[in-house]
Amino acid sequence: MPDGTPQGPEGDRIEATVRAVLTSMAGDLTAKESALLAELEGLGRTIARAKAEIAALKVEDIRDAHIPSATDELDAIVDHTAHATNEILDCCETLEQLQSELSGEAADKLQGAVTRIYEACSFQDITGQRIGKVVTALKAIEARVSAVVSAASGMPGPDAAPVAAPGAASGDDRRTEGQKLANGPQLPGSGVSQSEIDRLLASFD
Amino acid sequence: MDKNINVLIVDDYRTMLRIIRNLLKQLDFNNVDEAVDGQEALAKLRAGNFGLVISDWNMAPMTGLDLLKEVRADQRLKNLPFIMITAESKTENVVAAKQAGVSNYIVKPFNAETLREKIEKVLVHA
Repeated sequence: MPDGTPQGPEGDRIEATVRAVLTSMAGDLTAKESALLAELEGLGRTIARAKAEIAALKVEDIRDAHIPSATDELDAIVDHTAHATNEILDCCETLEQLQSELSGEAADKLQGAVTRIYEACSFQDITGQRIGKVVTALKAIEARVSAVVSAASGMPGPDAAPVAAPGAASGDDRRTEGQKLANGPQLPGSGVSQSEIDRLLASFD
Repeated sequence: MDKNINVLIVDDYRTMLRIIRNLLKQLDFNNVDEAVDGQEALAKLRAGNFGLVISDWNMAPMTGLDLLKEVRADQRLKNLPFIMITAESKTENVVAAKQAGVSNYIVKPFNAETLREKIEKVLVHA
């Protein structure tokens, strides 16, 4: 191929195939074969250029800076929301203590409002689980990018353990049923509602 | 319905443990203990005398489903009312929990009325 792209042990298979086709087509060529030859040469150049671009990616920036920074930011979000939620719960508990000094409708209204705040505060659990899924996805992207760059450059990749997507099967899957089915919160509209769960459970009776 | 029973709530999010504990208090369940995963819960269940378990699913190292299976396989605990409260809302999760012997299943986010209703239902049938 016409440029000085680094040659990796895996990366040259397509080039070798193109070269073999060109060799086999030596001799008099028809117009159609010439056009095919030009296409193959163009394909070869595109592949070589893509390899060079991939090899030039600063994967260490992704691995050492971008991904850790993103996961740290996400962890900070979880910490901040947990802290804020606990502050809210502190206030609710204070209000519940004051409730004993009230009576009748006022006490009932206060209790109702506090209950609604408790219900709303469960967002922190759901948010934390969703962010956990994003962190896992980021780590999987990091591992795949490293693998692609290493394959294109012919250089050995970093010693990174493959990261499975949440709920994904691995080659040696020793997870329990509970772990295999732990996928975290579903996107709105993807899971079943409480009323659908109630109907499903009733169908077993 | 006996509200003096010991209730074990299991969740790896401390905030959620606190929310459920406070909601139980509003329902006059005041004897509440906590665990942060299935293993700790199982140890407490085997050592104590509980009348109800309310457990999350997605915890490590032992999930709520695996805890449920251990409870149902334990001669002393096998009839213990067990409510799953979880964000796992796929049909396959509900079916797996039911097949493992769950008493009821609440999907997060939930409201206090749903919690009250499910507790009442499982304790009446206990």
